[in-house]
Amino acid sequence: MIKLNVNGRARELDVEPDMPLLWALRDELDVKGPKYGCGIAQCGSCTVLIDGEPVRSCSYPVSAAAGRKITTIEGLAQRGRPHPVQQAWMDHEVPQCGYCQGGQILMAVNLLQKKPNPSAADIDAHMTNICRCGTYARMHAAINAAAKMMGGAKSADKKA
Amino acid sequence: MTTKQLKTGAPASATRRSFLKTSAAVGGGLTIGFNLPAFGQGDKPAAEVNAWVQVRADDTVIIKYARAEMGQGSMTSAPQLVAEELEADWKKVKIEYALANEQVRRKRVWGDMSAVGSRTIRNSQEYLRKAGATAREMLIAAAAQQWNVAPGECVAQNGMVIHKASNKKLSYGKLADAAAKQPAPKEVALKDPKDWKIAGKSMKRRDIEDTVMGRQRYGIDAQVPGMLYAAVAQCPVFGGKVKSFDAAKLTNRRGIVKVVQGEGQQGGFVAVVGNSWWRAKEALKDVAINWDVGSNGNVSSGSIMEVFKAGLAATDTAVARRDGDVTKGFAEAAKVLEAEYFTPYLAHSTMEPMGATVMIKDGRVDVWVSSQNFEGSLVSAATAAGVPQENVHVHPVQLGGGLGRRGGSQDFTRMATLIAKEMPNGTPVKMLWAREEDMQHDFFRPASLVKVKGGLDAQGKLHALHIRVAAPSIIATLLRLPLKEGIDPQAVACFNDHPYSIPNSLVDYAQRNTHVPVGFWRTVGHSQNPFVRECFIDELAQAAGKDPVEFRRGMLGKSPRDLGVLNAVAKAANWDKPLPKGVFRGVAETEGYGSYTACVAEVSVNDRNEVRIHRIVIGIDCGYVVNPDNVKAQLEGSVAHGLTAILWGENTVKEGRMEQSNFHDYRMMRLNEMPKVECVLAPSGGFWGGVGEPAQAPLAPALVNAIVAATGGKRVRSLPLKNHGFSLVKA
Ligand code: FES
Ligand code: FES
Repeated sequence: MIKLNVNGRARELDVEPDMPLLWALRDELDVKGPKYGCGIAQCGSCTVLIDGEPVRSCSYPVSAAAGRKITTIEGLAQRGRPHPVQQAWMDHEVPQCGYCQGGQILMAVNLLQKKPNPSAADIDAHMTNICRCGTYARMHAAINAAAKMMGGAKSADKKA
Repeated sequence: MTTKQLKTGAPASATRRSFLKTSAAVGGGLTIGFNLPAFGQGDKPAAEVNAWVQVRADDTVIIKYARAEMGQGSMTSAPQLVAEELEADWKKVKIEYALANEQVRRKRVWGDMSAVGSRTIRNSQEYLRKAGATAREMLIAAAAQQWNVAPGECVAQNGMVIHKASNKKLSYGKLADAAAKQPAPKEVALKDPKDWKIAGKSMKRRDIEDTVMGRQRYGIDAQVPGMLYAAVAQCPVFGGKVKSFDAAKLTNRRGIVKVVQGEGQQGGFVAVVGNSWWRAKEALKDVAINWDVGSNGNVSSGSIMEVFKAGLAATDTAVARRDGDVTKGFAEAAKVLEAEYFTPYLAHSTMEPMGATVMIKDGRVDVWVSSQNFEGSLVSAATAAGVPQENVHVHPVQLGGGLGRRGGSQDFTRMATLIAKEMPNGTPVKMLWAREEDMQHDFFRPASLVKVKGGLDAQGKLHALHIRVAAPSIIATLLRLPLKEGIDPQAVACFNDHPYSIPNSLVDYAQRNTHVPVGFWRTVGHSQNPFVRECFIDELAQAAGKDPVEFRRGMLGKSPRDLGVLNAVAKAANWDKPLPKGVFRGVAETEGYGSYTACVAEVSVNDRNEVRIHRIVIGIDCGYVVNPDNVKAQLEGSVAHGLTAILWGENTVKEGRMEQSNFHDYRMMRLNEMPKVECVLAPSGGFWGGVGEPAQAPLAPALVNAIVAATGGKRVRSLPLKNHGFSLVKA
């Protein structure tokens, strides 16, 4: 049995230790936010946060996540309230098809935790996930807006 | 799950409600997406005023959306048109998918369901607006009847009918039942778009909240109790067969249920079915498959090029356009230029790979699939399962991108159905293609080789133009339709309908099909031919010693919309003003999907051939703009999609198979490479043009013309740019 903490909930599963975390989440635990895009750590659609750090879950064995805190896009809101990054994403209407966006949002959350007031270059360097719909310009704008909303480091979300 | 309610002839809304409840039990709620009406105990079902409009007692107005949503935004913008004429309160509007099964049972009441060709708005705007206006008139008639006044004394406004003289008011919810019984007026007047209050405004896209909150469901997310998973290997050489396979190594393998062999649209395939997709995919590696690749095992990009070259030299071409006499025109010309341009095969690579979930139970088929045409998926599943169409239920989901891949072919729906058919009655199977499978078994944007010849007269005016295209035909090979007069309109797009006044012009087509499957790829022919046309126009302008914008203006006197958008973009880009030292620009003007587009790109290129894109100014005249912010989003997205192709996109063939397999060798643009994009919306009114695709058309030629200007006039006549040694760096 592998014990996972997914979005604050304890989950147990009996799977091969080398099953990628992505498939453990999606197919075993019905957590569908992380998406499959490439399976080779190229696109980032499968991004989750493990103890706050982004991980491409398609290329990360489930056993390595045991006992650690996993946050997926479903677990970002607190008490039903969107995370400021999610709010900014809505305000700027960032998504098109939306398939990559869970991963993108988690990357942005992680960026703002590290750099509450990121420069354009910081955003460029950090946001490396692929968006086939090309929503990049709006992501830039939304990250800046979220940074403002979060008032720099002061009210940065603790959970993720 | 039962279809009993569907046969009772109950009103559609009641039918739908019962259906949703039963299917929710099976599908764990996923079937419904985000539009499940929140019925409580004893709620009255909504009254159907017409197929597009239902009204609930609580004043909620349900507007049906009959196509797919893949990020193009029409799930919001199409209902805006209905709501506008309906005089609805937009805050009370809920958008629900029209169901393909109902469409089949109700004699295709929603018309075309396919979201392809940038045509959701332009092809349905009239019947959508009429549906809204008709429902409005019926609501007014119901109120007038109740008040015993003439309908002409009443107006509809913001979800209410008002009797002007007495100031009596009734909300739509109170009128719905009576309105549903009113006769539909035969004629309704439609609003002048300048009076729009809901349409024409940047209403927030209704699907975005679910996406951002992680609630959005895509085809890949289907979750049905007892579901198994299938991983697939198709013959790597298109058209090949499975000679034999040996799955002995899978005996007693954890979670593996069955190995299935079948015939797909691109040849033979083997599928491993198991209780986890990952297990099935890993197990597939241990199945020894002996492929019969057939004669195509020798085909390469080089041999395909020879086929195209022969096409350029052919004498039996089909004529797509003829003005004047080009032979005479060239004889009269003072200067003649000739060139050959090439554009490669391209995979769609939607972010969500192809797949579908199918369950066949007692003659009923349930399908969950990311499809650009749910009705097409229904037909495909019905045919593959061998059941009547009325027995198939396609559950609408959002698409993780469409890009044209999920429309016509439906090979994925068919394959998933074939696999489900091999399983015991009632076993749901989710088939998913690995990215590698998706990329190597696409219906690729056709490669195309084009020969262009232009003749200038002594004044430097374009006097004769001959364009010959050698390329595969999507219409003939994918759709298997006969070509009208030998012409595939996509192969000659933007050549046969060029807007320029040229006394002598000839466009002809040598259809050259290869074994590589081809299909519609976002912007299709307009993603490649404008590169040829507009770069060659620049070659001619240069030879004539004229400014590229002036040269085009001189030929657009009879094409006011082309000229209009060119002028709007040239103005926004300050074409008349000098640029900083080292910065160069290029321009292009195109038309397609009923819209007119132009682009100016500003670049600098250093001596290591590193390209910096300082800005892209891109403009569209789509006649009427239904949702301005969404049009902008589509232009931005078109730029990213286009630049990916222009800079890096190509799929090459070796030993009959595609060489590229995933994003490491089929590179996508990333955030740090996205240039500054300035969108110019220049709607001139009076027509309805598409939005999702046309903006990609002028991008490649504008960018390449700029690069050519920046590199001393050295011509670039093939894509992608990486093959010319160019790379992209942040400006
Ligand atoms: S699916 Fe994990 S990075 Fe693409
Ligand atoms: S929104 Fe479609 S891939 Fe990013």
